[in-house]
Amino acid sequence: MNTWIAIGVTAFGCYLFKLLGLSVPAGALERPVVRRLAALLPVALLAALTAQQTFTDGQHLVLDARAAGLGAAALALILRAPFLVVVAVAVIVTAAVRTL
Amino acid sequence: MVRDALGVGVAVGLSGFAFGVTSAGAGLSLLQTCALSLLVFTGASQFALVGALAAGGNPFTAAAGAFFLGTRNAFYGLRLSGLLGFSRAVRPLAAHWVIDETSAVALAQSDRRTARLGFTITGLTLYVLWNLSTLIGALGASALGDTAAWGLDAAGPAVFLALLAPMLRSSPERAVAGLGVLLVLVCQPVLPAGVPVLAAALAAPVVLAVHGRTARGKDGRQDSQEAMRG
Repeated sequence: MNTWIAIGVTAFGCYLFKLLGLSVPAGALERPVVRRLAALLPVALLAALTAQQTFTDGQHLVLDARAAGLGAAALALILRAPFLVVVAVAVIVTAAVRTL
Repeated sequence: MVRDALGVGVAVGLSGFAFGVTSAGAGLSLLQTCALSLLVFTGASQFALVGALAAGGNPFTAAAGAFFLGTRNAFYGLRLSGLLGFSRAVRPLAAHWVIDETSAVALAQSDRRTARLGFTITGLTLYVLWNLSTLIGALGASALGDTAAWGLDAAGPAVFLALLAPMLRSSPERAVAGLGVLLVLVCQPVLPAGVPVLAAALAAPVVLAVHGRTARGKDGRQDSQEAMRG
């Protein structure tokens, strides 16, 4: 049940943001500080989510095979690999390190 | 333009497979996983939500992280509305497809006709492929058994990293990312599940405030230097 509540709230909220952008008159949200904050918010969240899903297990900080996988993905990004290759590299390296 | 739209559609649509697998691995049912791709249809928010649910957060803190990630779509919509000029009746339907990729393709076009065409082709391709590949991924996950043994628990963070990388062009962005990582890792052992990511979101206003102050400080110094020269 909790999962369905979370799905419902997320779907509603995300749709509302999409519709809001298309519907409000241009200029309403165009204040520079609002625009800067909107650009920086995903940066903070994506960085935090990357770190959380790589270096934590429940409430514990851990260093395991995922760190190697994400390191390889970072290298692939520096080498300008396409999106799918980056994800595939992370998965393959993580699996490979786990078999060691 | 059509080839661009199809190319983007195929590449990102296929990563729906990774989402389907991740979501099933996080313990969501097939129906729940498919409902997310059908109804939320913005990848980063979906990955964030299933990650938070897997960690055992309550539904509202889990949704809040996904929700904040979705704010950027409002700003895409703002830039698209003038370009696409959709009528009031079409807007609620078109809104569902306002995401990173459709915006990138549409905003790259110079006139309304090709922008609308790019938006529609990318939106349709992505929507169909994203949902199909989510379904295949979710079905595949049960066939694979333990998804962690296949390294598939690294797919979610790799997607986040790939989305994040092109945003780290200048120093405020890097400072926000660094502070975000620090905050989430410091908060993780002490705060309940779901909350650390929200705490990390504070990195954005904090860096913006500090950066704004130092930028104003520099401007102020320049002004006084110019005043002295004058």
